[in-house]
Amino acid sequence: MSETVDIAALGGVKEGEKKRPRSKDRRLEIACQSVEARLKNFDEVALGYSPAEAVAEAMRCLECPKPRCVVACPVHIDIPTFIGHISRGHFVEAAEDIRKYNNLPAVCGRVCPQENLCEAACIINDTNPNNPIAIGRLERFSADWQFGHSERRADSVAKAPATGYKVAVIGSGPAGLSCSADLAKMGHTVHLFEALHKAGGVLMYGIPEFRLPKTIVQKEVEYVQALGVQLECNVVVGRTMPVKEVLDEFDALFVASGAGYPNMMGIPGENLNGVYSANEFLTRVNLMKAWKSEVGTPIRKPRRVVVVGAGFTAFDVVRISLRLGAEEARIVYRRSREEMPGRGEEIEHALEEGAIFTLLTNPVRYIGDDNGFVKAVEVQKMELGEPDSSGRRRPVPVPDSNYIIECDTVVVSIGQTPNVLIPSNLPGLATRWGSVIKVNRETYMSTVPKVFAGGDAITGAATVILATRAGREAARSIDGYVRDPNRGWYPPAV
Amino acid sequence: MYRITGKTVLATGVVEMTIEAPRVAKAHKPGQFLMVMNREDSERVPLTIADSNPEKGEVTIVFLEVGRSTIELGEEFQVGDDLFAVLGPLGTPTHLDRVGTVVVIGGGLGVAPIYPICKGLREAGNRVVTIIGYRRKDLMFWDDKLRSASDELIVTTDDGSFGMKGFVSDALKKLHDEGRPMDRVVAIGPPIMMRAVAEMTRPWEVPTTVSLNTIMIDGTGMCGGCRVGIGDETRFVCVDGPDFDGHKVHWDEMFARMKVYQREEREAIASSPSCRLYFETLKR
Repeated sequence: MSETVDIAALGGVKEGEKKRPRSKDRRLEIACQSVEARLKNFDEVALGYSPAEAVAEAMRCLECPKPRCVVACPVHIDIPTFIGHISRGHFVEAAEDIRKYNNLPAVCGRVCPQENLCEAACIINDTNPNNPIAIGRLERFSADWQFGHSERRADSVAKAPATGYKVAVIGSGPAGLSCSADLAKMGHTVHLFEALHKAGGVLMYGIPEFRLPKTIVQKEVEYVQALGVQLECNVVVGRTMPVKEVLDEFDALFVASGAGYPNMMGIPGENLNGVYSANEFLTRVNLMKAWKSEVGTPIRKPRRVVVVGAGFTAFDVVRISLRLGAEEARIVYRRSREEMPGRGEEIEHALEEGAIFTLLTNPVRYIGDDNGFVKAVEVQKMELGEPDSSGRRRPVPVPDSNYIIECDTVVVSIGQTPNVLIPSNLPGLATRWGSVIKVNRETYMSTVPKVFAGGDAITGAATVILATRAGREAARSIDGYVRDPNRGWYPPAV
Repeated sequence: MYRITGKTVLATGVVEMTIEAPRVAKAHKPGQFLMVMNREDSERVPLTIADSNPEKGEVTIVFLEVGRSTIELGEEFQVGDDLFAVLGPLGTPTHLDRVGTVVVIGGGLGVAPIYPICKGLREAGNRVVTIIGYRRKDLMFWDDKLRSASDELIVTTDDGSFGMKGFVSDALKKLHDEGRPMDRVVAIGPPIMMRAVAEMTRPWEVPTTVSLNTIMIDGTGMCGGCRVGIGDETRFVCVDGPDFDGHKVHWDEMFARMKVYQREEREAIASSPSCRLYFETLKR
């Protein structure tokens, strides 16, 4: 083993010793770039634990026999075991153990909303409030350590003997990567098709560098490829290859094409120059790296930005704008702070970086200059009424409350829906609203035999961890299906 | 992976390139486009597919050296070089139903993409009258190919140095004035020419298809940068088009949207050695 960790020096548990958890200690903060520094670069904001910090935080974990965190985790990572490994200096083992449950630990350690999941469930909250184990940071630490220090490669991971079955996976985002990796471990031949020129899907085009470095995403992709998954970029199934051709060539097909179609509000002026969909703005900056002066893809440097919406995406856009030099970056949201769907840490970081919140306000039209560029947005004030179907109080317009906000850039971040390309090229595929693929939630089977689907393609835009879970559950179902001599098909009720 | 197998300079700044892309060649239908990335840090450029050879696994593009990426593609890349990425075929293919007589118009660079459309329309049983227009005789290309793909070919040049003097729209008007049958018009070329054609055929009530080439990033329906008003709706050129009813296109909006990165493009050209060299050569 190439890794040499002096666990005694790091304050961890030595070989043969018993762990004495220090659960009364405070949760260890993670080092971050200063606000001044990070506004001038696109580097990661949270810098990650050092080995000593990771061990110290791991030493707080009680390693409960009936861990609530594991129940709360959508993919049920064996959290006490991997944290146990860290407290004993076995950092690579920690990462390998996480990988039994989650094929993307370096990604999920960074972007999973742990505060609402595993960390919210941590028993330490009961005795030491607001100081749950920093599970996400430890997950990230072990995955990063593995990438940086381990000679162990994915080709040494235990794999089942080759089955001879061939599975096509469409889309290399979290659901597709996760499903591909599991299917490869099960011994199947996996062909992973990606429409863009780089694998990773939303991890590449959607999430900015300062939250999820693209080199990290590519390391996760390389790991999946090293398991034997054959990745082919620049293929749009439904255009580059007919869906039928894929169905003929493979024993099963997993559609993980995500939710990449931008929603717009349909209000006047939305096609003015300077009004972007969040997807366009993010893709230019994240995938095409328009923030670097030497690359080919341009972006107009925003000066005064209005970002419509308050989800993950909206906060990413606002923070990118500030890094591009915007003097004013404003979130315009029709509800209040309480209802914001964004992750707490992102909201805090955005505020620290100078984002302005204009809440209970909604755009009604965009106003252009003589050259067709947006120069202002007319907004309307809102108040909260009765709860709607989402359980949140419905925003209601306040009469005669319209006013003007000047701006040169607007980014509409009100959500994404799945691309219709696959449904429209697959006769018989049942969908909701024409794009969200209907599946049996147990089997991930669609209404077309051989075709499974998961991730945002079946839910609409959701989180990385839920897509990862769908990928892994679907892999189990696909494995059962291809091995079943009768090829039993259990589609959703339509 | 995407090797350049042929390159011909058809006229000043107009380059024909053949690229190995077997999947694209096999799936291509008339009217579709592809995205090219020269190198890993290049932008994604949409270019119409001008021809395909599924047996050889090759596609042909014809492009005008107009921005940084196309100038670099034309000036820096030679036969035997590999392109970083080629994605396609994208967009909804041109409708090739049998309607009778179709007048197909190609202006300037638009001469290239109408070639597969003329072939397809003819195979579907239409009579194809083709009008191709260039600024001058020395900028002409592919007129022989278009002649072979059409029942009748009319060539115009702005200065009268070859064929009929005038614009393609003048030739179209002449056909109409002569009372020639015209069940459909397909026009591809500079936006200004497509608008002129669409405005001309509107009172005649001849269905007119135009092919838009707006700014886009992914080409698969993700960014929405290519969106344009079509009648009462906003449509995405990359997936809903590139073909649209020319009578419904909101041309002013489209013209404005084409200019959104003008300033950035000028800066990009100024910073590229190949571009500077190219323009110096043009001046001489």
